Amino acid sequence: MSATVQSSAAIAPSRRFGGMFAGNARAVIERGLRATMSSNYLVVLSGFFEPVFYLLSMGVGLGGIIGSIEVDGTSIAYGAYIAPALLAVSAMNGAIYDSTWNVFFKLNFGKLYQTMLLTSLGPLDVAIGEITLALLRGGVYAIGFLIVMNIMGLVLSPLAILAIPAVILIAAGFASIGMAFTSYMKTFQQMDWLPMVMLPMFLFSATFFPITIYPPAIQIMVECFPLWHGVEIVRMLTTGAITPMIWVHLGYYAVMLSVGVVVVARRLRALFLD
Amino acid sequence: MSFSSRLRNVAMTIGFFAVEHPSLLDYVFVSEPVIRAKNIVKKYDEFVAVDGISFEVQRGESFGLLGPNGAGKSTTMKMIAAVSTRTSGSLEVLGMDPNTDGPAIRSQLGVVPQEDNLDQELRVRENLLTYGRFFGMSRAEVATRADELLEFAQLTDRANSKVEPLSGGMKRRLTIARSLMNDPQMLLLDEPTTGLDPQARHILWDRLFRLKERGTTLVLTTHYMDEAEQLSDRIVVVDKGAIMAEGSPAQLIRQYSSREVLEVRYGSDKNASVAKKIADIGERQEILPDRILIYSDNGERDLAEITKRGHHPTTSLVRRSSLEDVFLRLTGRSLVE
Amino acid sequence: MTSVAEIKADAENSRRWGWWYVAELRLREMRGYVSYVVTSSFGNPLMYLLALGVGLAHLIPAGIDGVPFLVFVAPALLMSTILSIGAEEGMYPVLGGFKWHKIFFAIHATPITPGQIVGGFLVHLTIRFTFTAGVFFGFLVAFGAVPLATGWLMIPIAILGAFAILTPLASYSAGIDDDRGQFALIQRFVVMPMFLFSGTFFPLSQVPDWLEWVGWVSPLWHATQLGRTVSYGLNEPLWLTVTHGGVLAAYAIIGAYLMHRAFVKRLTR
Repeated sequence: MSATVQSSAAIAPSRRFGGMFAGNARAVIERGLRATMSSNYLVVLSGFFEPVFYLLSMGVGLGGIIGSIEVDGTSIAYGAYIAPALLAVSAMNGAIYDSTWNVFFKLNFGKLYQTMLLTSLGPLDVAIGEITLALLRGGVYAIGFLIVMNIMGLVLSPLAILAIPAVILIAAGFASIGMAFTSYMKTFQQMDWLPMVMLPMFLFSATFFPITIYPPAIQIMVECFPLWHGVEIVRMLTTGAITPMIWVHLGYYAVMLSVGVVVVARRLRALFLD
Repeated sequence: MSFSSRLRNVAMTIGFFAVEHPSLLDYVFVSEPVIRAKNIVKKYDEFVAVDGISFEVQRGESFGLLGPNGAGKSTTMKMIAAVSTRTSGSLEVLGMDPNTDGPAIRSQLGVVPQEDNLDQELRVRENLLTYGRFFGMSRAEVATRADELLEFAQLTDRANSKVEPLSGGMKRRLTIARSLMNDPQMLLLDEPTTGLDPQARHILWDRLFRLKERGTTLVLTTHYMDEAEQLSDRIVVVDKGAIMAEGSPAQLIRQYSSREVLEVRYGSDKNASVAKKIADIGERQEILPDRILIYSDNGERDLAEITKRGHHPTTSLVRRSSLEDVFLRLTGRSLVE
Repeated sequence: MTSVAEIKADAENSRRWGWWYVAELRLREMRGYVSYVVTSSFGNPLMYLLALGVGLAHLIPAGIDGVPFLVFVAPALLMSTILSIGAEEGMYPVLGGFKWHKIFFAIHATPITPGQIVGGFLVHLTIRFTFTAGVFFGFLVAFGAVPLATGWLMIPIAILGAFAILTPLASYSAGIDDDRGQFALIQRFVVMPMFLFSGTFFPLSQVPDWLEWVGWVSPLWHATQLGRTVSYGLNEPLWLTVTHGGVLAAYAIIGAYLMHRAFVKRLTR
């Protein structure tokens, strides 16, 4: 018997996490990168164009009509106003897609996670690996988008470089909540309701126009949406109009991320091991 | 498969594995339980999938769980594989508790699930590589191992193919190759040949037989008695989440059935009425909707007796008892429904 | 024993009504997500109108084309909503019927012909589009964005536009063997640019010249311009209005022909 145990190549997983974690999230990330290379690199690559097309359409087309817009007393081009919002929106969309549809599909149809859990991996390895992959991709898109913004002259402050970590934080916040949500979902039909939550956030979170046009009651409602805080963070960074409010927005995401992670950690067993 | 080709296979197998496993004899003759299950129960809300079953599996043994669909076989396998938390009872796999030592136990297991869950986004060989990496094996190690196992699974020429176009038999072999990446102490196979054509089944059985010869502990579930007979040293028959009987295939047949079975058919309308008139023939009878089964030591003699009484069946058949008969006897129901 | 003549007479029934049996089946299949269809049919127009027709309009006080922004954008919102459902229905539901749940093969195993499968598919969608477009139109009227008298013509225009985009896509989807993410690519490089660069939220003239062709080939632009004509009487030459209708009809008819051909090919190969 001892011969077999020694000859086994597997690393000895730790008991500390009650069988939840083997410290090998890296293998999950590797698998994701390999799958991207092997079968869907075009799709992944194409994801970069989505916000860029939006920016070209809205920034140039609509910008030509609207011209400039007042933000906190200073006037900026409409393109420079919506670009950071589109960046935050794409971070949200990417993170939500990866943590809901993608997870739901791999869990219920591809059975990919079940396969991973037949090995010495624990649920935590899988969750960390998948979220890291999503954030990695989001980060790369963000860099690309900032380059396009810069070429179009829509980057108004050198602080814009901080938008990259900010976008990753935003994506992480949405991904953790998305995964927590998915852990309760059983059918496709339930998943269908997701766009009904995403669409109003996309339309009303100061993406295309300032929330000051709303009556105060509605303004407060919008200020509760996570996307609004994300848009504000990125907009402050790319326009350079930073106020102390940024700490509130960042705090919002810190709380969102923590809540999401706690729920996901609790639900992992239900999600993967029941 | 002819005797000579079987011999050749055995010779090849020993040649193939002797390099890796010089102490083949260790596995075969050491008796020590690798699974100890006592009264394990699994409930999903109100539904009881497994209802207090107990068994032990020895190292090097080939152990079969036989039962119809929904008997609780797959759930039992999942609990052993540490991917389903049991509700109560005690379970030890390789001396550890699956509820708390999941990753450690799984690092020593190979699992072949009921449905092929190969990674469709990856190529054939990549499936093996990434799977090995999940166990924390080094890149060099997974590469060598993957090539060896592609050879074993007779898939070397499909190494760079996509998964989807593979035939059912190939997918199964790839799944088995994948489960061997970590050089497991024990292999769990859930319905390994369900849905395969006869030829693909035989190829697969041959591969599994080699693993058995090599000393790998095999635990398999099946609802095919021929499969159980082919591959298992010892079987437990499960039904509705509980164990009905236990023993080697031969023992079970001896204990629960007769040597021979005579099957006679009179058409679905008449079977029951004829059965009443020949009720005294044989040791025991089972009246199924489509046929009557008569258990005895000499089926030909009984058939002659029935014919003599003037009940000419539309078709008749004399065969040896199988595990199917054991199951019928134990549960009153047919195995494949 | 039934005679050949009797069998043929029996099959005549499904020959005549086959298209409707198919449509009926698809209506039944919708039951699983009917609450979603209904909610989104009411929710989407409300949200789009509030956000773009009311919110964004604040930034464009002068309006466009001599009408308020709300009036300008209203036909575009209706058209883009219905046409995007059309694009969606031309992709996964078609491939799924051949590849995953294989329902088209199951139907074809009955006396129903491929043509009737295509017909039933389109009839079902006509019902769905009519409902969703009708609700949307109701909201537009309530917001005072369209006149009732001529504006209702937007509903048939939207259905024609949806078919103009759906049928060519469906003819492609029916031929796919291996799903390698083609739909994601079509969505991103064909459907979305069509929606973003074809004079929906702003006149096509705002788009850089080298991108204007996107509008010209996009069913959405033609449908939207027609919608504007029947809604607020868009000022454009008659030949152009006729062209819009002609382009949409051509897309839909040629698309339906190709779709039928692709279905026959896939079902009988």
